[in-house]
Amino acid sequence: MHIVDGALAPEVLIGGAALAAAGIGLGLKSLPAEKMPAAGVLSAAFFVASLIHVPIGPSSVHLIMNGLAGLVLGWAAFPALFVGLLLQAVFFGFGGLTVLGVNTVNIALPAVIVFYLCRRGIASSSPAVAAVWGAAGGGLAIALTTGFVAISLALSGEEFVPAAKLVFFAHIPVMAIEALVAGAAVALVRRVKPELFVTFAAALSKGAPS
Amino acid sequence: MGHFVSAERRALRDTGAARRTLLQGVDPRSRILAAVLFAVVIVALHDMALLGIGLGAALLMMLTARLPALPTLKRMATMDTFIIFLIAMLPFTVPGDPIFTVFGFAATWQGLWQALEIALKANAIILALMALVGSMEPVTLGHALSRLRAPEGLVHLLMFTVRYVDVLRGEYLRLRQAMKARGFRAGTNLHTFRSLGYLVGMMLVRAIERSERILAAMKCRGFTGRLPLLDELAFCRRDAVFAIGLLAFLASLIAAQTVSPA
Repeated sequence: MHIVDGALAPEVLIGGAALAAAGIGLGLKSLPAEKMPAAGVLSAAFFVASLIHVPIGPSSVHLIMNGLAGLVLGWAAFPALFVGLLLQAVFFGFGGLTVLGVNTVNIALPAVIVFYLCRRGIASSSPAVAAVWGAAGGGLAIALTTGFVAISLALSGEEFVPAAKLVFFAHIPVMAIEALVAGAAVALVRRVKPELFVTFAAALSKGAPS
Repeated sequence: MGHFVSAERRALRDTGAARRTLLQGVDPRSRILAAVLFAVVIVALHDMALLGIGLGAALLMMLTARLPALPTLKRMATMDTFIIFLIAMLPFTVPGDPIFTVFGFAATWQGLWQALEIALKANAIILALMALVGSMEPVTLGHALSRLRAPEGLVHLLMFTVRYVDVLRGEYLRLRQAMKARGFRAGTNLHTFRSLGYLVGMMLVRAIERSERILAAMKCRGFTGRLPLLDELAFCRRDAVFAIGLLAFLASLIAAQTVSPA
């Protein structure tokens, strides 16, 4: 899902970096010092979650869970996922440097969109309805991410359009898996610790200064 | 997507680089800026020979940083498996002079060159990034970013994440072991997806509960929302030599690019 250096046009790189900077700025605004440890530990948790492999037949895919990150962190998903991508690039050699902005937007913007679309649903009084909204959010986030990856490639040149289409269709099973896993995760959190979903949403609605 | 660097054996806090090397002595801020500059210049190049020199320079940096060569190159190869489909398709989608045809699709020289160009750029940049920045302690990276005027909140988030990735990984492995003890085997079925979902949910619950204890402990010690950074970074002669050497190298790459007819 990560795009590497050298593939994208300079305009796309600069646009991505500008959007990422704006998103990170908004995310940090929603993070008062009180919430920093929670955001940091959750960011680490999502980093570890992305190391989990799910078998698909003979192959396997790793989880991304950006939809769930959006539901839990709101706008703070932007800086949290950026930190994850930065660490992956620097220490695991995964992704790239000039594409960091584009990759951040492709992963974190769907998270924020899912946050706005599904946060009411996962607060539903029925845990089953909440789980369904969680699954919808998890699947939608991956669909949006692959869509954004395809757009970033297509904007960079005609020759990438077939590859961009392939990326999208190849990820349909991943969307289904992410949806099921995210739905189950929401179901568990609703039963064990429902406050998890309001920790960051509350900070945002108050508009707490950083 | 596909395979992530499977189950990182080394912890994030242990970068595997030897402590005292030629590069370790260079100011971390210079190394971050160097990696960024290197990436920007490499992305802007188009000449295949110059990109080859760039990749060579990145390999040299890797050796200078004394990163373990084999694991590092393996990691780079893992990244290559991600882009292989993109690169493999390019010869067929870029119009130009055909080399051969597969099932009626013509592969073109122009497409092949473009694919090669992307592969060279991606590998050179990621290798230089791992050598220059990946060889420092993650905490040092946080400090250096802070000194480079990165937003304080972002630096704090980075430091917290780096600190707790290992802790959460331990948490994950314990949960996974408990699942294994109860006979869980991952497969392509609904039971697996639900179990892994519960696993992720449980990790989040444990993370937020841990963060409550962390906040309480930090407040107890007078946390005011600032993390004092104790080390002082000073720009010294070694840094100047490093900076001048790198700038000269990058400038000559750009000069060669402008002069070359392509």
